[in-house]
Amino acid sequence: MADEHGIEVWSLVRTFKDVAAVQGINLRVEPGEIYGFLGPNGAGKSTTIHMLTTLLPPTSGTAFVAGYDIVKNGPAVRGSIGAALQEAALDPYLTGREHLRLQSGLHGIPKREREERSDELLSRVGLTRAADRKVQTYSGGMKRRLDLALALVHRPRILFLDEPTTGLDPQSRNALWAEVARLARDEGVTVFLTTQYLEEADVLADRVGIIDHGKIVTEGTPDELKATIGRPTVVATPKDAAQLGAATAILERFGEPTRTSPGATAVMLNGKGDLADVLRALDGDGILVDDIRLHAPSLDDVFLAKTGRMLEGEEEQGE
Amino acid sequence: MSVAMRDVFLIAWRSSRRTMRQPAAVIVPLTFPLILLAVNSNGLKAATRLPGFPTHSFLAFFLPFAFIQGALFAAMTAGTDLARDIDTGFFNRLALTPLRGMGLVVGQLGGALTQALLQAIAYLAVGLLLGVHFASGPAGILVFLVLALTIAAAWGMTGIWIALRTGSGEAVQSQFPLLFFFMIISSMNLPRNLIEVNWFRDAATFNPVSYMIEALRSLVIEGWNAQALALGFGVSFGAVALATGLANIALRKRMTRT
Amino acid sequence: MSRGSVRSVMLALAWRQLTILRKNPSLFLPPMLFPLINFAAFAGGLSRLRHVPGFDFKGGYTSFQFVFVLLQSAAFGGVFTGFGIARDFERGFARRLMIASKRRSGIVWGYALASLMRWTLVAIMLTTVALIAHMQIGGNGVDLFGLYVLALIVNVSGLLWACGIAMRFRSVQAGPLMQTPIFIVLFLSPVYVPLVLLQGWIHGVARLNPLTYILTSGRGFISGEPTDVAVAFAIAFALLGCLGLWGLRGLKRAEQVV
Repeated sequence: MADEHGIEVWSLVRTFKDVAAVQGINLRVEPGEIYGFLGPNGAGKSTTIHMLTTLLPPTSGTAFVAGYDIVKNGPAVRGSIGAALQEAALDPYLTGREHLRLQSGLHGIPKREREERSDELLSRVGLTRAADRKVQTYSGGMKRRLDLALALVHRPRILFLDEPTTGLDPQSRNALWAEVARLARDEGVTVFLTTQYLEEADVLADRVGIIDHGKIVTEGTPDELKATIGRPTVVATPKDAAQLGAATAILERFGEPTRTSPGATAVMLNGKGDLADVLRALDGDGILVDDIRLHAPSLDDVFLAKTGRMLEGEEEQGE
Repeated sequence: MSVAMRDVFLIAWRSSRRTMRQPAAVIVPLTFPLILLAVNSNGLKAATRLPGFPTHSFLAFFLPFAFIQGALFAAMTAGTDLARDIDTGFFNRLALTPLRGMGLVVGQLGGALTQALLQAIAYLAVGLLLGVHFASGPAGILVFLVLALTIAAAWGMTGIWIALRTGSGEAVQSQFPLLFFFMIISSMNLPRNLIEVNWFRDAATFNPVSYMIEALRSLVIEGWNAQALALGFGVSFGAVALATGLANIALRKRMTRT
Repeated sequence: MSRGSVRSVMLALAWRQLTILRKNPSLFLPPMLFPLINFAAFAGGLSRLRHVPGFDFKGGYTSFQFVFVLLQSAAFGGVFTGFGIARDFERGFARRLMIASKRRSGIVWGYALASLMRWTLVAIMLTTVALIAHMQIGGNGVDLFGLYVLALIVNVSGLLWACGIAMRFRSVQAGPLMQTPIFIVLFLSPVYVPLVLLQGWIHGVARLNPLTYILTSGRGFISGEPTDVAVAFAIAFALLGCLGLWGLRGLKRAEQVV
């Protein structure tokens, strides 16, 4: 039974003339979850989000968003969701406050509530001082924050964010991440987020679905996904080359040996301890190290394992 | 206020605010027709010496042209603004709200009509200051304004239709020659019965813009000409209805939301 | 031809402009359509003006208006190229030109050459249509050559004016600044009737307007009664000189900020 705070997708397909942008995807987003939809440019992320937000009818298949069929109950879906799409899509001649007035008016928020709600949202996204300036004077980060505020004006149960931090500086990006995480944690908003940034998916998402060429290639929590392709590796370089053997013996207590560069020793951890445990053991036996590192698998490694290509930097080669 | 009225009001509010904040969209349509009015009303004064010319004042004869040209500018403004919305994704933002399609189409006219009203007041004021006398009296001036705004609505809705159909500001601008053609191949410069060249006279007779001009002109130089007014209002309302229908069809294709 | 010489820069840029036109034929449309529409409106819609007492032009109203529309198309042909220059600045292409050109004055002359070549096609088309419309030509080959040379100078002058504006403002928003003065100068001349039939302030202004002499001379050429030829050419070359300086100074300004 489709949940009023969740998303269920069944064999969703979208083709454009000869191009199959989305080739039958199935997924489920639990209420209150942040779901990261990760993939390179042209993978089908934006097409999927356009379908789920009812802006594009699917070629076949269907989905339930907030308990409503996206094909049969478009208006009900739109009433339950907020969306900040890839373009900030703002009117340069209106002020931030005027945008909120327009958006809240169109959503039928009573006049007496509109001002209060606008003030609340402007404060939340840090735009109170800029509220009465025209949007053409805003920076990219400010536009994104206003975009988020507009998406939240009618207190939606589900929020769709299409590459929300593309082009933002690190400070603006972190601020946006903090707000998205707070929405999910404190207000129980379900968030469906598309991104091409691994770090964003890793930091924000409770679960990640990786899409490539219109198909979901894998799905799971970031840790689960990373664990499927390998475990973290510890690499230690003893200060005294003569202690290499001793260092190796200690490391082998924590995992299986693995190849590394000359002069260093490495094991793939098997769950019997972490980096701190390894350090304590080395210290306990009086072995000093010049360098010790922990290599954890990344989502890029996951993508590489599943598709044979790297995710980041791939867009430069085109598809 | 009903939901539909609210939607129209909000979109019209936004549209007119945006138009008024673009100096080029306000100043050029305000001044250019006035310059042309000044130049042509003096440059063509000799036409009043033609036998059968209906008035001694070419300014009075030519005054309606300013309103038609102003309406053309309103069409371009309405069209390019909407095309920009489509281009930037603001259109999608509106599509994600409960806003109904017709609310968007009708509301978009808000900016064009605000512009047209300001222009109409300016052109009228200049005309009256320069001594144009309305044969239909003060009531005629009001009817003139209403007709001028209806004409502006017809042209504005045409611009909106083009924008919805093409989704591109450049495409809207590229239609300017065609709209200009309709404006100029009409009884703009001479009464139809004084146009010598047969094909031009026939074209002007078939051109609905001629009836818009003639209705406005009748209020200035003739008084109350029921036939001219009926034709002018009929053509204008018909054009509004046609353009609105076409815009609605284009909107359904453009706004493919489920 | 030495590398980086004015001539090589001029030819390279002119080639680029014409390549753009060849690949985008729709860019021909506005400079083609407007003169045609105006010619149809003026020659077709206003021909009865030749019956105004005192209208003593020998060549017929079609040729009377042909000359004006030819000059108008020449002037605005230059302005259309000016829009392209402004766009090049907005898109950063001008920076590439500045870096690549050893002798940068070639940039201005390159645009001028391209404008001229584009206008030549317009002139051919306009002349063809006028001949089909039974335009009477009283002048001989030398007279017609004189007419087209005058128009050519007006085209380059229009381009230099627009180029100066474009290079100073470096934005298509300056479009009205390019167009409006040219429009005013054109329409404050004897557009619809000979100078002697103009009345009021416009007569005084037209007498002082340098374009009036170029227009009158052009009409003299086409009717076979050359008039004020020396004055017209002196004015035309003086305009060319002044606007050439204006355009080149604009280039200097642009060099400081690129």
